[in-house]
Amino acid sequence: MLDVAKIRPDFPILERKENSKRLVYLDNAATSQKPRKVLDAIQHYYSFHNANVHRGAYALAVEATDAYEAARTAVARFVHAWAREAVVFTRGTTESINLVAATWGRANVRRGDTVVVTAMDHHSNIVPWQILCQEKGATLRMVEITEDGRIDLIDYGRALESRPRIVAFPYVSNSLGTVNPAAQLSKLAHAAGAVTVVDGAQSTPHLRVDVQGIDCDFYALSGHKMLGPMGSGALIAKPALLEEMPPYHGGGEMIERVWDDRSTWNKIPHKFEGGTPNVEAAVGLGAAIGYLEQLGLDNVSAHEQELARLAVERLGQIEGVTVYGPRDHRAGVVPFTYGDVHPHDLATILDKDGVCIRAGHHCTQPLMRRLGVAATARASFYIYNDVDDIDALVAAVRKAGELFGVLAS
Amino acid sequence: MSPPDLGDLYQQVILDHNRNPRNFKRLETANRKAEGNNPLCGDRIQLYVRVDGDTISDIGFQMPQGSGCAISKASASLMTDAVKGKTAAAAETLFQAFRDMLAGGKNAPGKLAAFSGVRAFPSRIKCANLAWHALHAALQNSDEPVTTESARDF
Repeated sequence: MLDVAKIRPDFPILERKENSKRLVYLDNAATSQKPRKVLDAIQHYYSFHNANVHRGAYALAVEATDAYEAARTAVARFVHAWAREAVVFTRGTTESINLVAATWGRANVRRGDTVVVTAMDHHSNIVPWQILCQEKGATLRMVEITEDGRIDLIDYGRALESRPRIVAFPYVSNSLGTVNPAAQLSKLAHAAGAVTVVDGAQSTPHLRVDVQGIDCDFYALSGHKMLGPMGSGALIAKPALLEEMPPYHGGGEMIERVWDDRSTWNKIPHKFEGGTPNVEAAVGLGAAIGYLEQLGLDNVSAHEQELARLAVERLGQIEGVTVYGPRDHRAGVVPFTYGDVHPHDLATILDKDGVCIRAGHHCTQPLMRRLGVAATARASFYIYNDVDDIDALVAAVRKAGELFGVLAS
Repeated sequence: MSPPDLGDLYQQVILDHNRNPRNFKRLETANRKAEGNNPLCGDRIQLYVRVDGDTISDIGFQMPQGSGCAISKASASLMTDAVKGKTAAAAETLFQAFRDMLAGGKNAPGKLAAFSGVRAFPSRIKCANLAWHALHAALQNSDEPVTTESARDF
């Protein structure tokens, strides 16, 4: 386990009291809190190095560019990307996936083609493909999940028989916590002639990611879920694919030469970064990566898995609680329901004790339909959570049961 | 100001109507219908209203299995009790009183005052208002499903 007593003081927000109780922040799958190191990096950037990037002929602009590009190097190292040029900065996972759909997707998906997603995908890895398929007259095929919350490999194999152009799946499910066998799924998809798009929003913060090892074609991540600022994120892609793809947003920075009626494109990754980028977000993300690397991602995973294991065990001892998701291959995400207490009520009651959880469909409505629930409560852990937080969670859930006189269902 | 207590939110009458909702039925004789959605938590209500002349002569609601939180379900139950037998205009007046209460005004009449505690829980105001928005849509004879997001009073 990580030394949480040493980590917590790095996070100013954790000093906050909620109804005079310690803040128990268990909504890390939605967004993480930020350490002082990240806040300071942003402040330092604006205080000492701010200028527009990639264009100034003066020292300050060179420093700003260096800070921005150093963050790119950090992201590339963090996910073991093919090259620095494989990292395109975006606003986050959602924009990264939309970028792929709007560029590679539009250029390559034709009428009658198939795009494959899974029933455990987040809306951000479903809706961009729905829009693309509707525009192109292509078919969207959703792969089913097993009863214990994994991708159904038999149905996955059937879906691949249609020889899809694109196969998209989450590395880690935000609603179930399932860690999917990304390398195996990618290999099978490649054998069927598809390119693979991996939603890495829930994996990048929590486990050691190796995009070359997975051998996916596109990998999307969000900085704000991994201690970085909101609005930071990246698309990691095989450089050869980025080279052949049309650009995304037209504007400054992404061009080489502009004529009256046409333009040529800048080199990758700049071809996909039209306009002044969010340098502050990149710098903050770079600092977040530095913080996580110091802890060691294997230590982070082990810590969260232990908390999740304990939470599943302790919640499972409460009569009427149902925990969803697989028994093993689970990240630090624990979705549950409690008898006939609606998750929204549960979240309100927990909040009174300073326990922040998520209640709702978690942007996975197709999955909720398959689970046969309208909503679940979800506790999700990170590096600053400890056993005390689980005690607080379990005590507050028991209190909700007493208030509502739970009928175990 | 002391922090709001859970007991202020989950008053006994609310817990009771959540457990045993009144008028919890599909109304075959309905001549007005409306659907309400709270996209934040996935709550859905189907409201059935029978209007004869100017009067709400019968009313019923359904919520798909597991899709109603205690606040939205109890509010729907108490709303149906409160407007049954009233004129459409009187029902709209009650809605206004209910809204005013949640916005910080004085308590709504009768059992509806049980929702005064929701004021202190801003994240739950939409749950309390959901059924009333559906009623308003049904009385307007609007076929468009209403959502708590399209309401302008939040």
